Amino acid sequence: MTAAAEPATLPSAKPRSLFARGLEVFAENKLAMAGAVILVVIAAFCFIGPLVYRTDQVHVNLASEDLPPGPGGPLGTDASGYDILGRLMMAGQTSLEVGLAAAVLATVVGTLWGAVSGYFGGITDSVMMRLVDAMLSIPTLFLALVVVSMFAPTKGELILVIALTSWLTTSRLIRGEALSLRVRDYVQAMRVMGGGSVRAVFRHIAPNAIGTIIVNATFQVADAIMLVVALSYLGLGIRPPQTDWGGMLNQGLSSVYDGYWWQIFPAGIAIILVIISINFIGDALRDAFEVRLQRH
Amino acid sequence: MTGFLIRRVGQAIIVLLLVTMITFILLRSIPGNVAIAILGPAAYRNPAVLAQFNHAYGFDRPWFSQYLLWLGHLLQGNLGFSWTLDQSVASLLGQRLPKTIALVGISTIIALIVAVPVGLWQAVRRNKPVDYACTALSFLFYAAPPFFIGTVLILLFSVQIPLFGPEGPQGGLGSDFTDWHDLTLPVVTLALVTIALFSRYMRSAVLDTITEDYVRTARAKGASRRRVLWRHVMRNSLIPIATLLGLSIPGIMSGALITESVFNYPGMGYLFFQSAQKQDYPTMLGFVIVVAIATVVGSLLADVAYAVLDPRVRYTR
Repeated sequence: MTAAAEPATLPSAKPRSLFARGLEVFAENKLAMAGAVILVVIAAFCFIGPLVYRTDQVHVNLASEDLPPGPGGPLGTDASGYDILGRLMMAGQTSLEVGLAAAVLATVVGTLWGAVSGYFGGITDSVMMRLVDAMLSIPTLFLALVVVSMFAPTKGELILVIALTSWLTTSRLIRGEALSLRVRDYVQAMRVMGGGSVRAVFRHIAPNAIGTIIVNATFQVADAIMLVVALSYLGLGIRPPQTDWGGMLNQGLSSVYDGYWWQIFPAGIAIILVIISINFIGDALRDAFEVRLQRH
Repeated sequence: MTGFLIRRVGQAIIVLLLVTMITFILLRSIPGNVAIAILGPAAYRNPAVLAQFNHAYGFDRPWFSQYLLWLGHLLQGNLGFSWTLDQSVASLLGQRLPKTIALVGISTIIALIVAVPVGLWQAVRRNKPVDYACTALSFLFYAAPPFFIGTVLILLFSVQIPLFGPEGPQGGLGSDFTDWHDLTLPVVTLALVTIALFSRYMRSAVLDTITEDYVRTARAKGASRRRVLWRHVMRNSLIPIATLLGLSIPGIMSGALITESVFNYPGMGYLFFQSAQKQDYPTMLGFVIVVAIATVVGSLLADVAYAVLDPRVRYTR
């Protein structure tokens, strides 16, 4: 009887850190945990898989083209005779690498742009934000298509193109944060003590907007993967002999009339799983950081 | 309200001017020499012809003068000349834009007709199996790239069960309204992604509205459940949807580009994609400007609609 009334309502002796509480909220979200597990499994599949499951993804083999799933290849082969399971791994490496790198780069650019714009305010803010508005009014896919049509991009250039066309929404969000952060007492105090604008942006504005930055970066990864996959599907992203999941679907579309379903579903399902997992994780991170904000 | 309108329209004009500058920079950063691209490599050996061409098209003037010349043409509706189709971009737009508007319009109307009741229903039955099922579906379709959805639809409903055509209607605008056999799959592809987005928003908008005081008052005074839902909850939940509609134009246009490419649907997006393959920059950039105008006008209308529909938000700043 006494056990029930005892510790439940007592606060723990040591207040746990905000990070720990946030982590707890995140871990309670089953969908997000499932998403994280799926992402780890897919990443392992793409990067460790080829070490275990060795296939020839270089030489076209017309003798084994368009084979349905069977003993030879668990997922069949495509129009060039490549084993689809092996191709899925190789293509996934490209999609994930490009998506992640472009998202990180876009987040850095967007954060700096937004923090500077919001911190300085006034005419600087107006000019910087109208430029963002103008670029935002051209749909990302259209803008990226114009740029990649000018030259056949390498993987690195593609990362750059995607990052430079998708940092805009981040900068808007961070600008909003910066507007409210710059009038906080600690920023004002630092200014009075003689701190410069660079210090304000890098040491105070950006770190305090970290919640918004991380949540936004998560969704950026999903968007960047979608964009690179769309560009490759249209034949203007990753170029042969390299491929990514979008490139696999491009090949699959031409064989859909023959009913070669095994050339379509693997890459499509992989994309859906990755995007859904990232969205779940992003949602949970948002909740976790909201816990943190409740303390303010 | 008038002050708000003037400021908002002024802002939109500035943004559009910046878009023309970005487009102009892109146009000028294209690798290669325009004169040689049009006159052919033989022009290299004839500097007089090159100079004449550059003078005729204003390429020998300073860049800002070139920009003003180009902007002047743009304001007169002269969007340039396609390098590959031997046709002015404006006349290409005249043929292709109506097809895209038809595709986007029909699929968005269908998306709204489906998404609004589904979102309302989900919110009313929140955290019940129905809600979870719809949420799962909307996550699925939101995460699926439109070209994958389109390919699967062709495989299922055109190859396995030949109900619909695998390609969009190839004729003019009229064929969109007579050839539903070919129009169905492109419209459904584009609508599915939009439904996923709109139903999520509708669900959360209804959940926000349901807790409002006026809904409680309506219930307390004895209004029937149906009347509360349709007269009070739904009408107020549609306000964020009206805004969302204006803001989703860039997303829907990107979806249309991909859908048109999957189904060889002869609209603006498909032509844009073909121009990208053939490096037909005047066509691409002419279309970019048109899409940007649509986006800017869309977000302007969204803001105005918000101020009109919700009297609490009369912008006074």
